[in-house]
Amino acid sequence: MIRKMISGMTAAGLSLGMASAAFAQAGPIKAPTAEQMATMVNKGDVAWMLVSAALVLMMSIPALALFYGGLVRTKNMLSVLMQVLMIVSVAALCWVCWGYSMAFTGGSPYVGGLSKAFLAGVSTSTYAATFSNNVYLPEYVYVIFQMTFACITPALIVGAFAERVKFTPLMIFTVLWLTLVYFPMAHMVWYFAGPDFLSDNTSDAGLIYGWGGLDFAGGTVVHINAGIAGLVGCLVIGKRLGFGKEATPPHSLTMTMIGASLLWVGWFGFNAGSGLEANAATSLAFINTFVATAAAAVAWSIVEQIKHGKPSMLGAASGAVAGLVAITPAAGYAAPMGAIILGLVVSPVCFFFVTTVKNALKYDDTLDVFGVHCIGGIVGAIGTAIVADPRLGGQGWVDYTVFPAKAGTYDLVGQIITQVKAVVLTLVLSGGVSAILFIALDKTIGLRPTEEAEREGLDINEHGERAYNM
Amino acid sequence: MKFIIAIIKPFKLDEVREALSGLGVAGMTVSEVKGFGRQKGQTEIYRGAEYSTNMLPKVKLEIAASDDLAAQIVETIQQTASTEAIGDGKIFVLDLASAVRIRTGESGDMAL
Repeated sequence: MIRKMISGMTAAGLSLGMASAAFAQAGPIKAPTAEQMATMVNKGDVAWMLVSAALVLMMSIPALALFYGGLVRTKNMLSVLMQVLMIVSVAALCWVCWGYSMAFTGGSPYVGGLSKAFLAGVSTSTYAATFSNNVYLPEYVYVIFQMTFACITPALIVGAFAERVKFTPLMIFTVLWLTLVYFPMAHMVWYFAGPDFLSDNTSDAGLIYGWGGLDFAGGTVVHINAGIAGLVGCLVIGKRLGFGKEATPPHSLTMTMIGASLLWVGWFGFNAGSGLEANAATSLAFINTFVATAAAAVAWSIVEQIKHGKPSMLGAASGAVAGLVAITPAAGYAAPMGAIILGLVVSPVCFFFVTTVKNALKYDDTLDVFGVHCIGGIVGAIGTAIVADPRLGGQGWVDYTVFPAKAGTYDLVGQIITQVKAVVLTLVLSGGVSAILFIALDKTIGLRPTEEAEREGLDINEHGERAYNM
Repeated sequence: MKFIIAIIKPFKLDEVREALSGLGVAGMTVSEVKGFGRQKGQTEIYRGAEYSTNMLPKVKLEIAASDDLAAQIVETIQQTASTEAIGDGKIFVLDLASAVRIRTGESGDMAL
């Protein structure tokens, strides 16, 4: 995945991994065959990527489920847990049946084809490219790692209209949204022919990749994508009954703390795993993920200390998540000090959106999916252009249209424009398609439970059980 | 017989219980309750949402006592639970018509 990888590019490709001494002596092999690729797989990479995939799954279940679940009222706890668990399960099935093929086969710049539908042709002797010439992963590893991203992204959306959505229409939405929005977005941002093949056909890449958009681990594909879909959903479904009149305090910030902390841990798989290898560049993404998050948690607390006189736990946890969101597109491109600045900037911006803007516009984004994920994602996407600039200590970008790959010339203004274009495309595509899907579902089978069911709680009415029997 | 209901600050519960044991009080019922009186409420802020909670957590004690012990119990609770600040709570004393011990069927003072 992950645009034009860095790979310690400052050494002009010297650190691009060579699979073996034999290849290194002869120089990298252009367009290697599957037999040659088999010798270019590193067990360290494979082990790290499988661990990363498991970490990203942990971000959805239980981390996101608990983070969200703790913030709703007792009567809706299970509905949130169930929505996340089932979205993950449904998305995994969609991914292997048609998602992987739509996202990661060639075809058009907008979406891949169906040649690998139902994982046709994928076996233990097929391979997926990384960001280094002549370094490969077994294709199953790549299918699995990317699957976890497809699982968490639609699960993020549910926070925006938590406590007031019917389960079955949500599952239908998930399948359609993945198919019409997520898989094409993943293709546009992350698909390219690979470092050993792109030079032979430089147009064999997704649209935003082709523009030169930088999105290391999914600022556009995951966070802006889900954030805007959430906002559209909460507008179509409408406010919760009693919104603004009745108190709806979180039922367990302890759960929220557990969830936020597990998100942070899992995010190392999300960001550092997005390097697709286990090397120095991976450790850079790791440390950036660590310090940007810490900076954002501190910044949110300082803002609250100034504004309210008391730094809240929920605020610190929200800041940490905002920092994780913001560093996601920049994880492999920034230097640690740049990452800290990104973290310090994102929290005040998100704080402004979840407090002032939300209260002024009176939309009921229950768990601030828009305010944290979409806004934080936009700050990160545009900030990436700045912190990636080598003149500011960043890693720049790698040009894979030449063989072997080399560091590209960095154009700060041009990069900012490209990032803005990618953000706008994401907002329009995901916002537009989500609006059509939500409105269509609302007019047909209905998205919202009856007033009585909503008042009594979704747990008992949608799932026939209660979270706490005491 | 008297029935004494006392609403006190939660952190005073152990102290009060100890003092009452010293008097020979053989049992009481304790519940966690919420309510309001002259003490001002608190403000909770969850991200942008601000809630003022005017219901504060208190502990409610219910004690059935013989007439001669009741006055001492009231005095002890008053002295032990006081912090001399608003929100220390209240004590109510009611006449108790009858009491029965379920296990034995004893009634009146014998049941206390």
